[in-house]
Amino acid sequence: MVPLSYYLVLSGILFACGVTGFLIKRNIIAIFMSIELMLNGVNLSFVAFAAHWHVLAGQIFVFFVMVVAAAEAAVGLAIIIAVYRTRETLNVDQVNLLKL
Amino acid sequence: MISVHLILFLAFGAVCVAGAVNLLVQRHPINSALSLIAVMAALAGEYLLLGAEFVAALQVIVYAGAIMVLFVFVIMLLNAGVEDRTQGSRVAIVFGIPGMLIGSVLVAWVVLRHSGTGDVEIGALPGPPKTIGDMLFHEFLLPFEITSILILVAIMGAVVLASKPPSSPAEAPTQKVKD
Amino acid sequence: MPIWIYVVAAVIKSAIVLLVLLTAVAYTVWLERKVVGHMQNRWGPTRVGPFGLLQPAADGIKFLFKEDLTPPHVYKPLFLAAPLIAVIFALTSIAVIPFGNAITLFGYSFPLQITDVNIGLLVILGVTSIGVYGVALAGWSSNNKYSLLGGLRASAQMVSYEISLGLSLVGVLILSGSFSLREIVDVQGGTFLGFIPRWNIFLQPVAFFCYLMAAYAETNRIPFDLPEAETELVAGYHTEYSAMKFAMFFMAEYANMITVACLATLLFLGGWHGPIGGPPIVQAILPVFWFCAKVFAFLFLYIWVRGTLPRFRYDQLMAFGWKFLLPLAMANLIVTAIVVVVK
Repeated sequence: MVPLSYYLVLSGILFACGVTGFLIKRNIIAIFMSIELMLNGVNLSFVAFAAHWHVLAGQIFVFFVMVVAAAEAAVGLAIIIAVYRTRETLNVDQVNLLKL
Repeated sequence: MISVHLILFLAFGAVCVAGAVNLLVQRHPINSALSLIAVMAALAGEYLLLGAEFVAALQVIVYAGAIMVLFVFVIMLLNAGVEDRTQGSRVAIVFGIPGMLIGSVLVAWVVLRHSGTGDVEIGALPGPPKTIGDMLFHEFLLPFEITSILILVAIMGAVVLASKPPSSPAEAPTQKVKD
Repeated sequence: MPIWIYVVAAVIKSAIVLLVLLTAVAYTVWLERKVVGHMQNRWGPTRVGPFGLLQPAADGIKFLFKEDLTPPHVYKPLFLAAPLIAVIFALTSIAVIPFGNAITLFGYSFPLQITDVNIGLLVILGVTSIGVYGVALAGWSSNNKYSLLGGLRASAQMVSYEISLGLSLVGVLILSGSFSLREIVDVQGGTFLGFIPRWNIFLQPVAFFCYLMAAYAETNRIPFDLPEAETELVAGYHTEYSAMKFAMFFMAEYANMITVACLATLLFLGGWHGPIGGPPIVQAILPVFWFCAKVFAFLFLYIWVRGTLPRFRYDQLMAFGWKFLLPLAMANLIVTAIVVVVK
């Protein structure tokens, strides 16, 4: 028996780590990975709440989040490749011009 | 009372937190990616503890096995190096880390003190593939179909964005395009 | 069943399966050298032992005593971890594969399988999809352009063909209605018209073809062995590896082949079903024999293809995967679904 709140705290910690990574990372790929970390943290709380309320819909939401994450990863990484092609850098501080 | 469930929860949770912190600390993106994979694998363990076997399998197959392979692939393709610290990142570190610590401690405190939620048993809500499939194709049919359109658009967008822009042959040698 | 009997049985089963698997890996290498040799009008290994049967042992000893080089500019942690990742995940997926029906010893029933999980197929897919990292990281961490190209090719190829692989399996899943490998095999018992065995290969020939192609690509075998194409990439992702670390990649490749063969046997070739007769002891052993025979036949097909076909070009590989195999697998899935619904 583990209290539900433990799962929620773990989920919160992961989400907070994701937010921090989003703030302090300067590599655009690492920033993107921080977003994935946030999504994972949210997924854990979905599953934990599903188990707590005995409603399977929580697990279905995780499924949808995964689909969105996959779509996001495909498009986002394509954008990163396009950015790297034109700027030749992955540092977000140097990607500060709207147009080259 | 220390149960098997608690021990396993703490073990997987420790891997999760260590991986997440390692993601922040590492300066090479490939190390960050590997620690994120460790987080995802450990999260699959947590899902199994909660009984969500199908979600755990999907977590490993889709997240760790497909999405993260894509990340590693792009890191390898672009030959991403160690990230450099800039003025902006120093400001972010100075304000971001204390802010995150305060925020997460606050959330943890509120959740632990005021939640009043009960306990979760091991394998509390089994999510067999059959039931999940039934729900997906009955209750959640419309969202399911919409995600399929989303995926289609994402595939086309990725192809358009990542394909090389058409360039006239005259300026091709001077163009600095890296593959 | 008391828990300690369960634990002891699990340990014994794991030990036996691991031993058999490693031996099978060694002798698949021997078989490949021998068969390909005969196909090319050579003898293959003949010097060590009768018919060269001790050649795997000699190879193993040689790998152990070779100098274990670590080139100076590699990224060490990942360079060392990559072969381990490859071999560990290649060996892990055997854990959920059933070899036969349950046997009864001392009044307890033991299924011939290390662990019976109801999402066995998903476990195998997950474990093999993690195995890509071994190859990709080996290529990246070697700090060598050939290795990097090999690693990039391997990861792109494996991700691309994993989709076709998954879709080809869905047809079988629709017919059996379960992710449990044991139940999938149970559905395939019996015959059509009294003489054709009720195997999925007869119901899903297109899916079997897709599975076969995707499996060759997933295990990086000819005609899809682009990641280690020796004519262009030296040795691909394992160019910088030597001694035991190289042997680990070698073992991973052949263990993956065996897993793929086991999976094909379970999903398409009826698992351990086959003619059974004779005294009770023979009846107990025959299912395992049929299973092994089918796995052997599939491995022989692998080697046969290797001895016959040339290597694809990389753009041909990608075009084949995305423009031919994927639509084919999808069409098969749609037709199967319609037929099942109409019936």
